[in-house]
Amino acid sequence: MEMESSSAVVRVRDLHKSYGSFEAVKGINFDIHPGETFALLGPNGAGKSTVIEILEGYRDRSSGEVSVLGADPQRGGLDWKARLGVVLQSTGESGAVTVTEQLSHFAGLYPNPRGVAEVIAAVGLEEKAKTRISRLSGGQRRRVDVALGIIGRPELLFLDEPTTGFDPEARHQFWDLVRRLKAEGTTILLTTHYLDEAAQLGDRAGVINGGRLIDIGAIDEIGGAEARVPLVRWRDAHGVIKEIRTDRPGQVVAELVGAAGAEPVDLEVIRPSLEAVYLGLVRGATDQIRGEEDAGKQSDDRDTATGRVAADELAADETTVTEAHS
Amino acid sequence: MSDATTAAARRPVDGMRMRRPGLLGLGASRVVYETRIYFRSPDSVFFTFLFPFIMLGIFTAAFGARGNIGEAPDGTGGISVGAYYLPGMLAAGMLLSGVQNLAVDIAGEKGDGTLKRLGGTPLSPLSYFIGKIGMVLVTGTIQAALLMLVARFVLNIDLPTDPDTWLTFAWVFLFGTITCAFLGIALSALPRSGRSATAVVIPIVLILQFISGVYLQFYLLPEWMQNLASAFPLKWMAQGMRAVFLPESFANLEQSGSFDLPLVALNLGIWLVVGLVLSRVTFRWIRKDA
Repeated sequence: MEMESSSAVVRVRDLHKSYGSFEAVKGINFDIHPGETFALLGPNGAGKSTVIEILEGYRDRSSGEVSVLGADPQRGGLDWKARLGVVLQSTGESGAVTVTEQLSHFAGLYPNPRGVAEVIAAVGLEEKAKTRISRLSGGQRRRVDVALGIIGRPELLFLDEPTTGFDPEARHQFWDLVRRLKAEGTTILLTTHYLDEAAQLGDRAGVINGGRLIDIGAIDEIGGAEARVPLVRWRDAHGVIKEIRTDRPGQVVAELVGAAGAEPVDLEVIRPSLEAVYLGLVRGATDQIRGEEDAGKQSDDRDTATGRVAADELAADETTVTEAHS
Repeated sequence: MSDATTAAARRPVDGMRMRRPGLLGLGASRVVYETRIYFRSPDSVFFTFLFPFIMLGIFTAAFGARGNIGEAPDGTGGISVGAYYLPGMLAAGMLLSGVQNLAVDIAGEKGDGTLKRLGGTPLSPLSYFIGKIGMVLVTGTIQAALLMLVARFVLNIDLPTDPDTWLTFAWVFLFGTITCAFLGIALSALPRSGRSATAVVIPIVLILQFISGVYLQFYLLPEWMQNLASAFPLKWMAQGMRAVFLPESFANLEQSGSFDLPLVALNLGIWLVVGLVLSRVTFRWIRKDA
């Protein structure tokens, strides 16, 4: 399922991490290939941040193998750090320096930095270049974080929930910036709670829940084909909302029109978004974990390897008509 | 947003990677950066930089009218209250610029994520230390120079004219300030959060100033308190400064009847080693697994 790993920028094998008796990461494997944008998804507390901080060298693993740009992050030296860009989740620095002063200083730490003015423009802060960081809004400060992450011209960029606090326009600008970084060949590891963002930017995604990787694959294939079966929804003659899950939505719509002899009311054909697929995956995995915890060992012959249970269930009856209350 | 793709053209091909900036060069750039932040933060300007000026002003105003200190019964040999307190205030400035400033500053940087961010960059902790110590030396030197200017031109205190005395001042000041800077880095490991830093650090610094002859005349303190103070570096810094700024006759008021400069050097040397070792052992960009 993975490409040969010698060329991987990030290589993770059987990664475990415990805090005391709590096992936060329970055996994770994945690779990130050169130039790829990999989205790591999962609910709060799933172990995402622990994994990303192990890769960044901020935390030591309990066991397993990790290689980032060919080095073990636990022993990564300054030359190794010079090739990384890190945008952390939250910051609360006092910010007594201006945007330009801060970026100039950080540019000086790297062997081959980007131009300060160019980076300030890339994050859309030209008008705030001479403003102290403490006087910026939350979203603007977040843009400074992103700017500091890319100033060193990193080969591998970690973006941990980068767009928190951005307004919609800033978010779209940020997406453009990430696409340009990608075009330059930057490898990116992204975590985000905005699934549309992951769908826009990611080439592949991994979904973590309960310390396990419950699915991994191309962004438009994750969750399996079954989870992406379209949904046809309309309001019938009695005003009741009906839904049909089908691989042939066009045919269903044609039949509806034929039967009613008129345009169906409130007709929609919905292709499940990454968000819907993701929620199906996570819900399935959570139910499974809960089941294991409650009943000890359930003699259920569902495939325990993945969390596709819920997605499978959703797609099981292709032509089930459900009545939803409006 | 401008077009960042133009930067791709400037990206060097593999094998042509430029060298990382050197430790000392980065240290120097940190000194400039840290000093700028120091003077922009109201807390450090007031409680570290201006504090000795305020205390010198208060002592002069409160006790100036009581006449000179150390006068013989015939009214000779005394010096003004301001002149007596100047060496203590210089020593306090070194302690505040080093210990209080850095301990609170670094604990705050730990708490607010500054150190975590720096830990993700190719900045060596050594360059970071150079930046902090350099900032202490720069701000401490400006502080001491201004204190002496105020003493000379506002309070009309005579300053030493002998070059040898200024040499003594130079080594006591440099040695003491660097020692205090390392002790400040070491002490920054103690507060459990950035917010509790001032509550932990200020009482320590304040008590030291009271027992070490900064606020209270050292020769008036009970012997046990003098002995206790001798276990800490501030007493020795204040003594060294008294050797520079007080007349020779004041040596009689010292515990041993002499300014004991070799002992000052020895004690500061011991504390410098203690500070160095503790800084080295306790400093981390972040507490892993915290």
